[in-house]
Amino acid sequence: MRTTVTTERAVKGATLGASAGRRGPGGGGKPPKPGGGDEPWPPGFTRDDAIEPSKFRVGMWVGMASILMLFVSLTSAYVLRQSQGLGDRRDWLPLQMPRVLWLTTALLLVSSMTIEMARRALRRNRFGWFRWLICLTTLLGLAFLAGQLRAWVVLVGQGVYVYSHPHSSFFYILTSLHAIHLLGGIVALLIVAVAAMRLRITRTKRNAVDVTVMYWHFMDVLWVYLFVLLFFWKQ
Amino acid sequence: MADVIEPLTEDARHGPKRFLRRYVFSTDHRVIGIQYWLLALASVFIGMALSVLMRLQLGWPGGHFAVARFLFPQAAPSGGISPDLYLSLVTMHGTIMIFFVLTTAPQSGFGNLFLPAQIGARAMAFPVLNMLSFWLTFLSLLVLLAAFFVSAPNVIGPIAGWTMYPPLTALGEITGPGQGTGVVLWLLSISIFCVASLLGSINFITTVLRMRAPGMTPWRLPLTCWAWFTGACIALLSFPVLLAAGILLLADHLVGSHFFIPASEYVNGQLMTADASGSPILWQHLFWFFGHPEVYLAILPGMGLTSHLLSTFARKPVFGYRAMVAATVGIGLLGFLIWGHHMFASGMSPYASAAFSLLTLVIGVPSAVKTFNWLGTIWRGRLRLTTPMLFSLGFVSLFVSGGLTGLFLGQAAIDIPLHDTYFVVAHFHLIMGVAAVFALFAGTYFWFPKMFGRMMSERLGRLHFVLTFAGVYATFMPMYLMGIAGAPRRYAFHYNPATGEGLQYLAGLVPVTRFVSYAAFVTVAAQFLFVFNLLWSYWRGPRAAANPWQATTLEWSDVATAPVVHRGAYEFSVPGAARDFRMQDEPTASPSGQ
Amino acid sequence: MGKALAIMLVLLTAITVWLFAGKPPLWFPENISTDGAMIDAQFARTSVVVGLGFIGVQLALAFAVWRFSRASTTRAAYSPGSTKADAAWTIFTLIIFVSLAITGERLWSRLQLISAAAGASSVDPVRVNLVAQQFQFTFHYAGSDGVFGRTAPEFYNDAMGNAVGLDPADAAGKDDSQLPALVVPASRDVELTMRSRDVIHNFFVPAMRIKQDIVPGLTIRLHFTATRPGKYEIPCAELCGNGHYKMKSWMIVVPADEYAGLERLSKAELRARVEALLKP
Repeated sequence: MRTTVTTERAVKGATLGASAGRRGPGGGGKPPKPGGGDEPWPPGFTRDDAIEPSKFRVGMWVGMASILMLFVSLTSAYVLRQSQGLGDRRDWLPLQMPRVLWLTTALLLVSSMTIEMARRALRRNRFGWFRWLICLTTLLGLAFLAGQLRAWVVLVGQGVYVYSHPHSSFFYILTSLHAIHLLGGIVALLIVAVAAMRLRITRTKRNAVDVTVMYWHFMDVLWVYLFVLLFFWKQ
Repeated sequence: MADVIEPLTEDARHGPKRFLRRYVFSTDHRVIGIQYWLLALASVFIGMALSVLMRLQLGWPGGHFAVARFLFPQAAPSGGISPDLYLSLVTMHGTIMIFFVLTTAPQSGFGNLFLPAQIGARAMAFPVLNMLSFWLTFLSLLVLLAAFFVSAPNVIGPIAGWTMYPPLTALGEITGPGQGTGVVLWLLSISIFCVASLLGSINFITTVLRMRAPGMTPWRLPLTCWAWFTGACIALLSFPVLLAAGILLLADHLVGSHFFIPASEYVNGQLMTADASGSPILWQHLFWFFGHPEVYLAILPGMGLTSHLLSTFARKPVFGYRAMVAATVGIGLLGFLIWGHHMFASGMSPYASAAFSLLTLVIGVPSAVKTFNWLGTIWRGRLRLTTPMLFSLGFVSLFVSGGLTGLFLGQAAIDIPLHDTYFVVAHFHLIMGVAAVFALFAGTYFWFPKMFGRMMSERLGRLHFVLTFAGVYATFMPMYLMGIAGAPRRYAFHYNPATGEGLQYLAGLVPVTRFVSYAAFVTVAAQFLFVFNLLWSYWRGPRAAANPWQATTLEWSDVATAPVVHRGAYEFSVPGAARDFRMQDEPTASPSGQ
Repeated sequence: MGKALAIMLVLLTAITVWLFAGKPPLWFPENISTDGAMIDAQFARTSVVVGLGFIGVQLALAFAVWRFSRASTTRAAYSPGSTKADAAWTIFTLIIFVSLAITGERLWSRLQLISAAAGASSVDPVRVNLVAQQFQFTFHYAGSDGVFGRTAPEFYNDAMGNAVGLDPADAAGKDDSQLPALVVPASRDVELTMRSRDVIHNFFVPAMRIKQDIVPGLTIRLHFTATRPGKYEIPCAELCGNGHYKMKSWMIVVPADEYAGLERLSKAELRARVEALLKP
């Protein structure tokens, strides 16, 4: 039963792919009669899903705008708090950077490359490569998180806690917010990876892969930005 | 007859599981819309109950009220409303009304219900995300309401107002009752709410951008859709800022960081911080960068709906449709540049105040354009004074009475004596509180046939309108005078005639305060007419026709097939047409006009 | 219903105009500062614009619902709008609002920049420090030597009457007074330096049209000149905790010669005099 549905999805997606640019006809708010025979799609499958693949891309851009806004406002708080903390009541202290952060940065940069390669592999329908690269990216992401955790442990070892001074507070808050967002990306990757294992790369799934890749790059750039802000940016 | 909202059948299972999928954890935008609408309806009554207690205490300070004992047996065991309880009532009233009523109902509620239908989409872009938004909002409300029960014994929440200014809220219970658990719950609730709103706005924006029916060009969108779209953009860019501020304040509160806590804090005989240089003003900047766009988020859907209904019930096209769109978008953009006008008295640089002041008066222009066009829309129309139309006309009246006084408050020099007085209370209650609620009433009366398949009682609706319209004016107009007289807001009482306590220069305020309280009670009582009307009409109302108001937009379309849009949203009384309205998807032999 | 709504709108307009333009039951307290009159004048100017707008819209609305809701067999006039009308109205309101803003800005710069600068450079202002805390104001006077004693948070001691944290070791602070009320001479510039010990408070003198937040961590200076002797209330106007409603003080304006007499009093005498003045 399940297989049938999956095949049907893939078929529908493929058929409708040709007219992907067209906007989908909706029901004008008129639901089909419950239990009526005019339900044209398999359960759980709305036609808009098939016809409007670009909605995932648009949704991701919009979502990234809001995440960007979150970090922009935290940056403005960071800048203001730093200028206050470097004034006559000096409480803004330098952070000794845990060296593991160089490694995590490198890991994340490499993961961006692997996920990009995965996306291209999928486009050329090289599923074996794709599967392998997605799994590698997921592992790199997990390794990044482990590295970030290690950086926390190192700082705690130095006696630098979240309440020690505003610079350390920002470090812990910004890194954890980034980690939470990245964790979302890893969950998405795991879903994609599992789907890849089971060879269920439908058209919708391809869109999911595309937007996950976008998101992953965004997380990568965001981390580099935070890294620079936290350790290299001075007023 | 019109369709009762019948969720899309997603699976054919029967029994309780099916009920859960269809009505509780539904991904159908109409069910979610009704869930939001019900959540807001419940919230508005909680918020109103709190305001009744506040008006009792203000009118008769020190009195004992059975209703207070009944509602809060723990916080008001003798029925007396202590200053502590009063201030926590203020906080919870403001928070519930602004977040769970004014942000939730017009945008998420009506938006979910009718945005997809009006643009000819079958569903929202991301149905599962949509469900998640609603349940996060619900969770957020539960977390906030938990503060009723777990704050200190004599309060029902933080003592901070909805603005949560630190350091009062950053140091914990030492600064007063409710500042411990109460503040933490408030911050958690609002952070969850931010996430929910963000997910919701992603959905709205994508739906409008990507899911429109063929032919639904931007210039053919109903003005409600423009308002929802602009509102979603506002939410998308402003809620992250509140989330950031909330996270930082939560950190100050829970883990002892010093983002907003300044040096040498000495509270209750205890030196809290020696060397730190946190900035309380930073919170105000972050909060109002969110807070000001937020008030536009509350009112924009109301503006859109008012334009929509005035046109429908005047049987005339919206006067200056494109100017209305421009004004909507203009308000959305300018709304991000004027947050500083909440901070004229905060010690901000006078140069910054001057800039914010000028921009604030400039944002009056798009609002004036809207008012002009509303009058233009009904001018020489054939007005059908149905209940939704009455509430829309009431909206225009209230919007002007509340909005024009922004010309005083926007000027830094005049704002100084009026800042944080009842003048401000009157201003924002009229423009973003009551006006927006009038739009909610209008929307409910208008769309009820679409929501539940029956018409609401016109006779009860008219009575409800007259009492509410007179009641809110009697409640809030005198507050302008109280503010001019210098009555500060967030006071448990101003002058107690029985004991002579309080501010002596406000001794003359007592009769006015009592008048306001009586007016508020009448207004609150009138709302039970509305509830009765809802319940009665739900079961007994006359069955609605497919398009009972003879409106033009797609949610009323009778056509069962996929809609194709041929014309703009407000084709009323077109010369030479057979009927005095043409629906957007009505095929036409003649070349379609815009 | 059209007539009923029209009547309601006309009544609303009439009552509002009667309330605000006639003899309002509540209004600004009589102004006693040199700057307050200018604020009142700007308020009046703005009232004209706001009043005309209010009356215009409400009456237009009343007319429209009365005139256009009558039963009629003809269709509504078809007018999808007029770009010209909208453009003209936009420009018109822009001119009105911006001119209003400009008059407001001129007043603001006069108050904040010119008056404040004049005050800051005035030769001999009366200098007073204000320390706000949950739920009281304490006014710190330099005493006969004209020099404020050193203050620091570790010396805060409410029980000993040292709310401002005066260093007992500092000789300059020996003659300093800490008073529960603000006593100032009439017609002389006052420089009030404000600090908060705990949370945000606000210094509000309705009779002078002055309001300023007192933000912990910041030292904020305020200049003003009171013109008329008398007693005026100072409520706190920023929510500062559960006792916010009872946080208030008094400003006592005395004639200049009487103030000179007060300055010569000893600490104990001054305190006694101020307490006597505070009695109703």
